[in-house]
Amino acid sequence: MGLSAGFAYGHAHLPPATRGASVIRFDNVSKVYPKQTRPALRDVSLEVERGEFVFLVGSSGSGKSTFLRLVLREERTSHGQVHVLGKDLARLSNWKVPQMRRQLGTVFQDFRLLPNKTVGENVAFAQEVIGKSRGEIRKSVPQVLDLVGLGGKEDRMPGELSGGEQQRVAIARAFVNRPKLLIADEPTGNLDPQTSVGIMKLLDRINRTGTTVVMATHDQNIVDQMRKRVIELEKGILVRDQARGVYGYQH
Amino acid sequence: MRAQFVLSEIGVGLRRNLTMTFAVIVSVGLSLALFGGSLLMSDQVNQMKGYWYDKVNVSIFLCNKSDAESDPNCAKGAVTTEQKDQIKSDLGKMNVVDNVLYESQDQAYKHYKDQFGDSPLASSLTPDQMQQSYRIKLKDPEKYQVIASAFNGRAGVQSVQDQKGILDNLFTLLSYLNWAARGVMFVMLVVALLLIVNTVRVSAFSRRRETGIMRLVGASGFYIQAPFIMEAAVAGLIGGTIACSFLVLGQYFVIDNGVALSEKLQLINFVGWDAVLTKLPLILAASFLMPALAAFFALRKYLKV
Repeated sequence: MGLSAGFAYGHAHLPPATRGASVIRFDNVSKVYPKQTRPALRDVSLEVERGEFVFLVGSSGSGKSTFLRLVLREERTSHGQVHVLGKDLARLSNWKVPQMRRQLGTVFQDFRLLPNKTVGENVAFAQEVIGKSRGEIRKSVPQVLDLVGLGGKEDRMPGELSGGEQQRVAIARAFVNRPKLLIADEPTGNLDPQTSVGIMKLLDRINRTGTTVVMATHDQNIVDQMRKRVIELEKGILVRDQARGVYGYQH
Repeated sequence: MRAQFVLSEIGVGLRRNLTMTFAVIVSVGLSLALFGGSLLMSDQVNQMKGYWYDKVNVSIFLCNKSDAESDPNCAKGAVTTEQKDQIKSDLGKMNVVDNVLYESQDQAYKHYKDQFGDSPLASSLTPDQMQQSYRIKLKDPEKYQVIASAFNGRAGVQSVQDQKGILDNLFTLLSYLNWAARGVMFVMLVVALLLIVNTVRVSAFSRRRETGIMRLVGASGFYIQAPFIMEAAVAGLIGGTIACSFLVLGQYFVIDNGVALSEKLQLINFVGWDAVLTKLPLILAASFLMPALAAFFALRKYLKV
């Protein structure tokens, strides 16, 4: 069922896909928003394996955000199927969506931290809402803050931190529940190049723990340096899927 | 942990929206006070009915000599002894009848003298002009029609009169008043519910950042909505407590002490504390269930998960 379509764009040299191992699978996915004629995504098929690091590139309006929203099931497809962590999102009932999202971590350009909570509380928030015990939270929050390089800054407020540090807090929050998939929507969009490198190193380290990372970005330097798989969208169409790719061909 | 977390969120939410919370509390309080008031009012009417209906009779007035000339019902002349006996035995056979009292002309004259002795008419009346009557107490005061249809138009009977009819006018008036109170209560309740919906909407909007983050980290729909629902329920419960204290204070200061209507209007025996106290749990339950439900349905619209 459309599996072969995922191989039509030149990553056939990657290990052959098995259904169980794929973290994200799109089968002929189209998305048309209500009251719009031009589809935001048109017949996109692809597969992301467990443990992969994938850059999602394309100009504004190319469908990157729609892609991520479909994975998070903030939107449903108009045609085609989206599987995330082996589950068909179209068949996932509404009340099971939170359960699915607990296995994902999300990081955004604007950090999305709660300004009136401390760094530690912000990270703990992700565990509180899914009902983790106080003991577990006390243990895992300092641990994950150490991992992102913010050890000892638990009691600071987000407003007192630099942009890079705030993004590290957001990554800590996304990672504290040990998700299988980390979605990052332009995580370096608000940061200077040097800070961005630090963030990318952190994401790379998280990727090495076995977490799949899908990152939408506009940052050419980062994509060119990391040499990871690159998926390029243009006007809703998948135009390139390249292992160890670069940001774009010279225009 | 979770309970404490949810409680702190409720406190923050209520304080953030203080004016709206206040409006919700006042309107819930007033509407539920009216609700309790109208419940007590219908209790009161029922109790008065029970009290007064015990004291009322159906009277069968029998023809006397002067009626024979003036009243078409008595065209056949004054009542005879056979007719009286027949009526008496017929009444005895009817099972709606509790007991029957015969009032002779002399007794009627005496009662009249006692009651209206001062009236100038009294001196010109003679026992002859009074009517003999049967005073019938019914087992169920509502069954007046049975007696009326059986004896109206019978020879020797001038008229069948139901004293309950006089009281019924009063009770009808009271029940109209009760319905009016319920109408006002209903309008107040709608206002209160709309206020709650609006408050919840504003509250959800002002916290969309938190709820957005909660969604991202996979909080369940219930977990996200609970603080808002609890907020509405807590505000409603405060309103309900105010309504309860209105009722209790009303009973204490208007009926028992203070204005002390129960002493001034001894003809009416007012409902007691037991009636008031049984209404309080009802009001409290309504005060937090209704806002909670209103909030729940408002959130379905304004807080998509």
